[in-house]
This record gives sequence, structure tokens and C-alpha cells, in this order.
Amino acid sequence: MLEIEIDGKKLTVPTGSTVMDAANSIGVHIPHFCYHKKLSIAANCRMCLVQVEKAPKPLPACATPVTDGMKVYTHSDMAVKAQKGVMEFLLINHPLDCPICDQGGECQLQDLAVGYGQSGSRYEEEKRVVANKNLGPLISTDMTRCIHCSRCVRFTEEIAGYQELGMPGRGEHTEVMSFIGKTVNSEISGNVIDLCPVGALTSKPFRYSARTWELSRRKSVGAHDGLGANLVVQVKNNQVMRVLPLENEAINECWLSDRDRFSYEALNSAARLTQPMVKDGGQWKVVGWQEALELVATKLKGITASHGADSVAAIASPNSTLEELYLLRKSLAGLDIRNLEARTRLGDVRFETKAAGWLGQSIVDLAASESLLLIGSTLRKEQPLLAQRLRQSVKKGLKLALINPHDDELLCAVAGKLVVRPDQLVEGVLAVLKAAADITGKAVPADIDLAGVEVSTEARALAELIVAGEKKSLVLGNIALQHERAAELHAAAAALAEIAGATLGLLRDGANSVGADIVGFATNKDLITANKKAYVLLHSELADLKQGAKAAFEGAEFVVAMTSFADEARDYADVLLPVSPFSETSGTFVNMEGKPQSFNGVVRPLGETRPAWKVLRVLGNILGLNGFDYDSSEAVRGDVLNGDIAKVLDNTPAKAVAVKAQATAGLVRLAEVPLYETDALVRRAPSLQATVDAESAAQLRANAATLASFGLVAGGNACVQQGGASVTLAVAEDAGLPDQVVRVPFGRATLALGSGAIEVIKA
Amino acid sequence: MVTSNQAPTLSAESQAQIDRELAKYPADQRRSALMSALRIAQVEHRWLSNELIAVVADYVGVPPIAAMEVATFYNMFDRAPVGRHKITVCTNLPCALSGGYKAADYLKQKLGIGFNETTADGKFTLKEGECMGACGYAPVLLVNNHSMCNHMTPDAIDKKLAELE
Repeated sequence: MLEIEIDGKKLTVPTGSTVMDAANSIGVHIPHFCYHKKLSIAANCRMCLVQVEKAPKPLPACATPVTDGMKVYTHSDMAVKAQKGVMEFLLINHPLDCPICDQGGECQLQDLAVGYGQSGSRYEEEKRVVANKNLGPLISTDMTRCIHCSRCVRFTEEIAGYQELGMPGRGEHTEVMSFIGKTVNSEISGNVIDLCPVGALTSKPFRYSARTWELSRRKSVGAHDGLGANLVVQVKNNQVMRVLPLENEAINECWLSDRDRFSYEALNSAARLTQPMVKDGGQWKVVGWQEALELVATKLKGITASHGADSVAAIASPNSTLEELYLLRKSLAGLDIRNLEARTRLGDVRFETKAAGWLGQSIVDLAASESLLLIGSTLRKEQPLLAQRLRQSVKKGLKLALINPHDDELLCAVAGKLVVRPDQLVEGVLAVLKAAADITGKAVPADIDLAGVEVSTEARALAELIVAGEKKSLVLGNIALQHERAAELHAAAAALAEIAGATLGLLRDGANSVGADIVGFATNKDLITANKKAYVLLHSELADLKQGAKAAFEGAEFVVAMTSFADEARDYADVLLPVSPFSETSGTFVNMEGKPQSFNGVVRPLGETRPAWKVLRVLGNILGLNGFDYDSSEAVRGDVLNGDIAKVLDNTPAKAVAVKAQATAGLVRLAEVPLYETDALVRRAPSLQATVDAESAAQLRANAATLASFGLVAGGNACVQQGGASVTLAVAEDAGLPDQVVRVPFGRATLALGSGAIEVIKA
Repeated sequence: MVTSNQAPTLSAESQAQIDRELAKYPADQRRSALMSALRIAQVEHRWLSNELIAVVADYVGVPPIAAMEVATFYNMFDRAPVGRHKITVCTNLPCALSGGYKAADYLKQKLGIGFNETTADGKFTLKEGECMGACGYAPVLLVNNHSMCNHMTPDAIDKKLAELE
């Protein structure tokens, strides 16, 4: 510990702290631009110059380590003179276009210029002008405003993991840019907008639509992945204008994924459903809420009476709130309907956890693991900010290992990996399990048959990695949980975790997947192919479900869709009920670490839209059920989460599943849900849909040898046939895939495809 | 010379030279070899096109923008086509006092081009350079970044130009 005195205040700070850290710890503000607590030190803006006793010249606070007995003056004449001098230089080339700059009102340069700038400029020569760059559909540029703090450059390199931005040129010819013709494609690229202390990088979708002082800031929670990022939703005239991160070090730190940041565009989409509608003789008719709900109640009662309660099923999106799911369960339970499912993409009905499946530990604890074995996950696309957090952990010594059906770059050092065919994922885990059992001398459970399992050197290396050390984690990602042998993967992974003494975690896909499990939205029956007589849909759409959903809905007697959008469900539903997306309702999401996070609606519901929990409360009353007199979503939440949440979380397999290695051969499909296909909102956000990631959702990818074996060329087209349907996709090369694997994502472009044998022909 | 519609490649010889440079640095700091790698690529292709920079970056294993930063920072990297012989005349103060500008003017008149221009036959490009650390032998000039010529009086320049093919 070192003693330091800042502006006369004495304090002690840990060895290695900088003057900036010390000042921040006692709330002394030192003006700065390039310094950011999450980024490396650049010390290139010079704004944080302070006076240090005995130093002959002002020193940059962000890059000056504290020495014992140091005396610092942050607002002495010398310091302020230095800061004002720096400000004068910074303003020399900065355009005075604040009135038309989107950053105006929330600009660090503007704010500091008030404190340290002069009223006029001594500079009379020509100002520098810099051409704008095209960084893609999300980030807008006005590069003349850039003050070269290099925060965005350091962000892409250090936080996002790949340097997409750089500063070519020298001196006053330096410009921040991407490589010629390239856009910034990171899944967390939007953070550079927040980082930019001036108006050089601003939000493209938000551009010129509002001024910051017109917006109210309201807290909410990210509704697209299991992380539950904390949001500040900015609202004007009852409309969501943009979304920013709310700092929460334990969850999203100060970052936000592009999916959480830009999906708000869908909230204002023209496709929003604003009135309850009923299909009457093939024609859609606008009706009142009472009429619509009475029809739903009558129909559901009639169908359960004539065909039994088992003939009705409810399918909810895992992004539905806890309160919505609970009241849906409760109202349907009044009719004895028990077919409830929120794991809409589950590939294996045998998959079942003892209680709600979760990460197995907190996000912070996971990141603090010594080693982590990730099984079946495209982590950067599934949970962008978790991938970012682990990337930082790897730099601090986390050994990250992978068993994956692809070799996607995690943009950090990987301690070991096993790349297998997607249908050999179970065998991959079994190989590591066998090696781990060998090393530790522990026995595997009797249901797991290790006969015929060959241990490769890679598998053995992974086993050695995961059995060594103290704090170990083993995590199953979306590819594993959506796998057609997910139950076997689960059993094998649980056995491996047991033998290795590791914590088993499940990376859940939805914002409230854990909450849905707690409510009991899991049936272990295939509700789609069962062709029920009636379906109740909550926020879920065809692209959230498997092939056959459309046929099942069209064949059903009655389908009620509780949705925010009118453009899809009208094809197959009989009643459309406009229910609020997350921004227009209060509710709770339980994130992957089992933490319930409640939020309020940030805007009024659009048109006749109502929060689904209120709709379901009224439905319960119309059905004549007791216990539907809730007057707030908090009251509903109190009914679900009454007690210690840890007691309802358990990743242990509910039943023993026989696991045995199987030989597979031939062409196989790797189907995963692309980054911007995850839910109804994301699919309707135009800017996200214009990104490179969205483009790849309609691509077939395979390695060069596999492409050649079908006569395909990257850039061409291919016709893919599976499950009696075919689609044409653009072809791209992916060198990280094993032979005879085609990566055909699961999204709107491939919705027609089923499962089973796949064929590819040149188109 | 690189044609614009074809991705440039590094010859086996250049690759071997870059490998040698890479071997000088730790395996996780390959970026350190960028400056040498770009120099080697420039010797082979005479100038650094965007495509060539991307090829070098790929070979070294860094993002292309990182190589672009280096290639645009140093003025001995040529980012536009140059003639067969690039002549860089020092015009910094000690040279200027000892006839640097005279040497440059003589070259301009003799070749019929100005600074940053190339003769019509593509043989010579004239550049203005910074101090080459040989002020005692002023005026100095560099031919193709690698060969330094001292005491470049008009006679010496005539002789040097005659040597260059």
C-alpha cells in the first residue's frame, strides 16, 4: 500500500495504482478523454495532466504510477493551465458543429470545453477535414470530429478481441478507420458509440432522431439472451428511441451486445399488432378485448371438453416474463391443460434437469474459474457479452477449452480443443470422460457405456486440463442443449463434471429460460409433431420452433397467438391478441445465473396492446377461476418466487439416460440459431438484419473439401434438401468445419427444412 | 508489378526472409515483425498496395488494419506505384545548407519531373526525404531505400543516373 495526497486529502492505495485510480477512489474528478477503466492506458489525449510535487512538468494522471508520499494537485494553477492548453490544441481541429452533432448534450469534449476551453480560438488557419468511413449499418461516422483518443481502436483489439479499427497515418494525417472496404462486424461493436468521447462515432439507427435532453432514461433488462444485461432505455413521446447499457459489474459490466442495443427498432415496427383480431370465416376482424378473450375461453373450454385437456398445448418464448408464464400456466391449469413448453428449440425430449437448469454458479464465479470446458457452443453469437468476459479472464489465466462441431474463433487463446462432427458431439465428450476416468481412477456411472470409445490426444489433453486445479467449470452451450442427443450429452457432461470435480453449467438461450423452468414450462413431449387440437402461443413464432410447426398450427382446430406482431401469426392463428413486448410491461427475467431481475414498462403499450400478464389475469377471470385478482406484476412474482431461488435450481439429470457411442457417417448438418434470428424482436430490427452476421444466416458453409465434393464454390448457390423440403442458399467456405459437415443455420431462410438425412446439390 | 485485379503473392524467398524476421520475436508477439515483413514485401513488389498489405498481415497473423497502421506511418513505405529507381533527396537543414536543394533541382531538371513524380518511361521516381544521418557527406540521396549516395554534385548525379538501368 502506498500513501498519496491528492488536493490535500491523504489516502492509501494499492501498489501499482495510477494517480487516476487514486483520484477516482476518493471522487476527485480529473478531466480525461482517452482514459477508460476497462481499456489499456494510452495517455495520448493529455487532458488528465496534473501537478505532482517535485516533478518539473505536469504529468498525465492516467499513466503516472503512485509513489509513496506523492503529493498531487489536480486543480492547481499549473494543472489547470496545462489542461487548458491541451483543450486549446484539441479544439484547433475540432469542428464547431455541436448544433448538428448527435453527441451534443452528452459529449465529453463539449462538457470539458465549458470548464477548460476559451470563449474564442486563436487558431485562424484552415481546419482539418477527414472523410467519413462506412463502418456498417450500426455505427455512423463524422471523422472530422475525432480527437484521436483511440478508445474505439483499443476496444476492438482488447475487448472485442480483434482489431477492426486502427489509426493509419501519422501526425495530423492520422485517421481512425477500418481496413479499406471493411466494416466493423463485431457482435459487440455498438459499444464504441458509448466509448467515443466526441461525436465521431454515433449510432446510425438513432441518428438525427432526438436530442439527449429530450429523452427520459428508464431502466430495463435485456430480453434476448440469458445474461440479462441491464439497460437504460431512452424514451421520447412514448417511443423507445435508443438503448444504452446500465453499468452492472456483475452482469454486463459497462457493455452491451449489439443485439440488446439495436433490437429496439422492432418495437416501433409497422408490423406491430395493435388490436385484438379474430378470424371470422377466413377474414380477419378487429374485435374488443372482452370479445376476443371470451372467444378464447369458450374455444379452449369446448376443445378440452370434447377432446380432453391433453389436446391443448401452450408454447411460450423463453423471452416471456416470469409473470406471463406463471399466469399462463395458472389459467390453463384451470382447464387441466398441462402441456407447456418454453424450450422451443429443444432437440431431445429426454433432456430433463432435476430443477431449473442454470449456469451452476454466478457469472462472476464462472469467469473466475481456473479452467473451463465449453461443450457445443458458438459462444460469441449465443452470449456475446459472456464471451467478452471470458476473453478477459483468459488474459488473466483462465484455461478455456472447447468441444465443438466447428472451429469458430473465440478471439482469445484457447488451451485445448476437440473439433468433432455435430453428430459425434456425444462421442467427443465420452472420449474426454474416458480419459478423465483413466487419469483419476474414478468410475463412471453404469448407464454410460464407454466401450468402443477411442481417446484421441486432444481428448486426453482436455481431460488433463479439466481434472487439474481447484476451480473448474463445465458448460453446455446452445448447440449441445439443442442437440438431438442432448440428454446423452447432459448425462456424459454431468459424469465428467462429477469425476473432474467441476461445476456443471447450462448456457440457456432465452432471457427467462431459467424462469420458465421454475414456472414449469417443460413437458418432455414433442408438442409440435403431436398435432394438438389447439395451441396457445405466447411471443413464440415459427422461426422459434421446429419444422412442422406451421402444418401443426394450420391443422389445429384453434390457435390463439399472444404476440406483438401482426405479420406472421395471421397465416395460421384464429385469434391474435396484441401483448406487450418487454418494453411495455412490468415483469421479471431470471437470468442464467438464477438472478431474478424485475423491470417496469418503459413506454405505454402501443394501441390496444396490453401486458400479457394482465391479459391472462382477465382470461383467468373469464374462465371463472379463483386466484386471479392480482393488481400488480409484483404480486404475481411473489407467488412464483416465494423462497430461496437456489432451491429450485439444479442441473443434475432428472433421470438416468443410457449413453453409448455411436458410429456416424455421411453428410451431416450443423444447425444453430444465428445471432440475429433468436427472437421476434431481433428478426424485425432492420439495422441488425443488415449486418454481416445476419447475412450469414442464409448461407450454407462447409470446408473446401466438402464444397468441392458437391461441386460447390464459395459465392455460388446450393440447393439443400432435408425432411422433404428444399431451400436455396448462398455458399461460403468455413475452413474450421470437419469434412462432410454443412453448416446450415436454423432461421427464417431455412425454416422449411426438417431433420434427418440432408442432401446438397449445386444450384 | 502488381496488377490491380489479381491478389498479390509473396515469393518463397520473401516468405523465407519474413520467417527469419518472425523468428526474432516471441511467438505471441508476431506483430513485432510487421515492419520488416512490409519492407521485404516492398522490395519484392516495389510498392505496398492495400491488397499486398492484407497479404503481409495475413502472413504475419495480425489484422490487416494493424499492418496498414505501420505501412502508413513510415515514409519509406511506398503506398503508390514508383518507378524502377526511387531517388530520395534529403532536404533537411544540414543538406539544404550544403547543396541539397541544388541536387534536387538538378535532378528535377535532368529527369523532367518534380517531387513525388515518375518519369514517363517508369524508370525514375523523385522523392523528398528526411535526414539520413549522413550530414557530413551532404548532399545525400537514397536509391531505392537501400543504397546511400554521398556528395551528390551534378557530376556525381550524372554518373549515378548512368549506372541505374
